Amino acid sequence: MRRGVALAFVFVSACGGGGPESSAPPAPTVSPVNAETAGNIAGRTTFEGTAPRPGIVRMDADPNCVQAGATSTDETVVVGDAGALQNVFVYVKDGLGDLRFPIPPAPVILDQKGCNYVPHVLGVQVGQNVEIVNSDPTLHNVHAVPKANQEFNMGQPLPGIKFTRQFSTREVMVPFKCDVHPWMQAYIGVLDHPYFAVTGADGSFSLKGLPPGTYTIEAWHEKLGTQTQSVTIGEKESKDIAFSFKA
Amino acid sequence: MLLHLFALLVAASTALLIFAGGLVTSTGSGLSVPDWPTTYGWFMLTFPLEKMVGGIFYEHSHRLIATGVGALIVVLAIWLWKAEPRAWLRRMGYVALAAVVTQGILGGITVLWFLPDAISIAHAGLAQLVFCLTVSIAVFTSPGWRNAYNTDRTGPRRSMSDDPTLGAVAAVTTATIYLQIIVGATMRHTGAGLAIPDFPWAFGQLIPPVWNAPIAIHFAHRVGAIIVTALVLATVGHVLYHHRSRTELRRPSWLLAALVAIQITLGALTVLTGKHYIINSLHVVTGALVLGTSLVLTLRAFRPRFADAGSATRNPAYVLDVGRAGSAKRTRQNEARA
Repeated sequence: MRRGVALAFVFVSACGGGGPESSAPPAPTVSPVNAETAGNIAGRTTFEGTAPRPGIVRMDADPNCVQAGATSTDETVVVGDAGALQNVFVYVKDGLGDLRFPIPPAPVILDQKGCNYVPHVLGVQVGQNVEIVNSDPTLHNVHAVPKANQEFNMGQPLPGIKFTRQFSTREVMVPFKCDVHPWMQAYIGVLDHPYFAVTGADGSFSLKGLPPGTYTIEAWHEKLGTQTQSVTIGEKESKDIAFSFKA
Repeated sequence: MLLHLFALLVAASTALLIFAGGLVTSTGSGLSVPDWPTTYGWFMLTFPLEKMVGGIFYEHSHRLIATGVGALIVVLAIWLWKAEPRAWLRRMGYVALAAVVTQGILGGITVLWFLPDAISIAHAGLAQLVFCLTVSIAVFTSPGWRNAYNTDRTGPRRSMSDDPTLGAVAAVTTATIYLQIIVGATMRHTGAGLAIPDFPWAFGQLIPPVWNAPIAIHFAHRVGAIIVTALVLATVGHVLYHHRSRTELRRPSWLLAALVAIQITLGALTVLTGKHYIINSLHVVTGALVLGTSLVLTLRAFRPRFADAGSATRNPAYVLDVGRAGSAKRTRQNEARA
């Protein structure tokens, strides 16, 4: 039976789509940025006002999630100390011109753990592998709902199953959902460069190794929207910026 | 009689299937099983019960019920083929079989293609047609239909008047109900169910002050409900005024009126509860029941135009009280049709 499942899974995977379709020339293997002159942009994102109380996600729909001891709070708006806003995707929206960057060989991992996507927000480069893992003792379907890339929906019926996908086009953001467990949501920012970050519990982010220039920096939040700032950095210069979101 | 009871079972099962389909959409579970015809790689019927969790419960249950209904319709088609003397009714069995197979394929395609609106709406629309076919077969195989609704089998045959007005009103009502269901399916699958968030008003007004595609679809469904209600009242009123003594028309008329009242209530509650999935699904299946009841009434209204179907060769005694010029000729044609 297990072999049958595996065979069928291969079939589903083959039909799932989402693979690279770009006809662009292959990505360079070496970064075009001169490390001697590169600068940094760092900063912090905050939530202004009274932070919403995080809701408790009820997982009764799947006893496996409950038995596994999974408890979850809603990750839509996560506010820490001093208003630190977590899960904000900060990236260079504009200003890199025609620079092309190598694709990192290491995959980014999107895990399904405790009947949640971990991490909730992440970034990946075009063509980079996204390894999607099921660490739960239950089954999930991984359903990406992009607008510019190809939609896919694949089952992971057994614990430990993993598969790898790539995105062919820049897109901020690609929503992921699990239709089995409707509370499961994740967002992947797909960019053609490596200058992106996701804010952690302290709300901080860092974009390192940028060539000197003027950039449009965007901060994206799944519920609170987007904000942009224009930032100019010189050679070896580091600048701090801040984004403040309101409900 | 057994065939009729079996046809009733098939029709009831189809209604249950429509309810299960409504639950799939209402809970957003349509893609919780990403593969088809397998279920997470398992052959559908061997998928472990303990894995039917979350959205899979709704989607896989829908597939299992659909498989059962498909099997029942296969049996029904074979039964008609073997036992039914009326050729047109045998053909209706084949059509029902083809329709349910097509419906299954549409269901699979809509999963594999990530629920495109057009396919999902077609899936919803064809479901109603399959239901109508099973209801029709149940009507045509019923003892009442065969006896031309003569309930007093010991006395002389009751004459049966052909009422073209009733036939026309009932047919228009049934067709309009079907169109209304298609509009509802369009609203449902395009996510316009709460495009107008209040009821009975539309953004506090009679006519929506702003318009876009979802609002237009939603408002069309509300206007459709008014039209359907008016047509149902016309049909029911006509039956009660002109054919009160005909039980086979009076009963479905009352039922139709009651179902429409329930359906409007469910529609209102669907909006007011923010599309609660049970209420929403009940609204879907009650729509099918409204359609099916209206269809029964329509078919019975047209009964005088049929020959002594199913028992024509065995029980040719059949009287039509034709009160209109030209109807006698039509009656002869109908008898020849049988």
